Amino acid sequence: MSDAHADSPEHFSHHVRRYLFVFYALLFGTVITVAASYIPFGHRALNIGVALFIACGKAFLVAGYFMHLISERKMIYGIMAFTAFFFVGLMGLTLWAMGDFPFNTIRH
Amino acid sequence: MDIPYTVQPRPDTGLYNAKVGIWLFLASEVMLFGALFSSYILLRVGAPEGYWPHGWLNIPVGTANTIVLITSSITTVMAWASCKMNQFGKFKFYHACTILLACCFVGIKSYEYHDKFTHYSIKLADGKMADGHLVEKSKDFDLEKKTGDIVIHGHQVELNNKQGEELQNELKKLYDLRSTEGRAVKHEELKIPAAQIASMETYGPWHNTYTAIYFTLTGLHALHVIGGALVIGFLWGPGSKMWKTDPERFTNRIEVSGLFWHFVDLVWIFLFPVLYLL
Repeated sequence: MSDAHADSPEHFSHHVRRYLFVFYALLFGTVITVAASYIPFGHRALNIGVALFIACGKAFLVAGYFMHLISERKMIYGIMAFTAFFFVGLMGLTLWAMGDFPFNTIRH
Repeated sequence: MDIPYTVQPRPDTGLYNAKVGIWLFLASEVMLFGALFSSYILLRVGAPEGYWPHGWLNIPVGTANTIVLITSSITTVMAWASCKMNQFGKFKFYHACTILLACCFVGIKSYEYHDKFTHYSIKLADGKMADGHLVEKSKDFDLEKKTGDIVIHGHQVELNNKQGEELQNELKKLYDLRSTEGRAVKHEELKIPAAQIASMETYGPWHNTYTAIYFTLTGLHALHVIGGALVIGFLWGPGSKMWKTDPERFTNRIEVSGLFWHFVDLVWIFLFPVLYLL
């Protein structure tokens, strides 16, 4: 977003159309998320998976287009790569902890 | 002393400093919310069968708040694009909308919190559970002295001496309000004398692990909304004077505040299905 040609007003009017498209896609995604939660997919885990999949799609649209991550500098990608690494590690530790209860723990 | 690289990109990073700063801040925010999400996962997986709430939150209200936040995201990015296109009037309009939408979000969230703080779970002396929203308390109501009575709009369940499937079906009337059993419950006004109450509490953060993590996650998110709205409000009001003296730097400020706002939207995109739908 920092290139000289990219800063021209004409260029931004093109971007505005894209922002509106993303906005409509996010609204549509919200409706789909709610609708999917009413459909029994057979197992609760499947419903969770579908909802999180749609949420990830919406998050990609917000981060990619509204936050311009899709056309950012390497420095930002570096910061995000570190964050993703530690975030995945955190969630990995959480999953690991689920099967690592102390001896004699009462589980319901 | 002039602060360097507020407008021009630094030669080594290719970015103005505030942009690197906000992304580093957002990285720390990802870890903050990530830690809370991992807490949510552990609490949910560790909950005894039938005791993790489902359908406790109002889906249409949550959906409305999601739409409010998504709309505020588009007005934020349009405000920034208006600055880039030298349309200050449009910038003012779009960010006024953002501030109004932020107030709307906090208002709706407050309504939801009020709903939980007036929702009572009452354990009766005979072992039954009464559950519902407060209608009124008599003036002499005192739980310790056992005087007066309370009126709630709700229902009663009997959990004592029940096991297996029978217990699970009864639990659904309290915990799974989207199940067939939960939806079949008929609510009515119940007048309960204090003498019949063993204990009672509202659906505040102290009620159970679900309400604890719900209030923590949404409360922290609401604080971010309020903080972001204050910054955007400043840039819309007194801070907008910079447009006349240094428009490029002002536009960068709008971009940085916008990045924070989009992050707040991003967090809600995950909070909504996790807390309201699943």
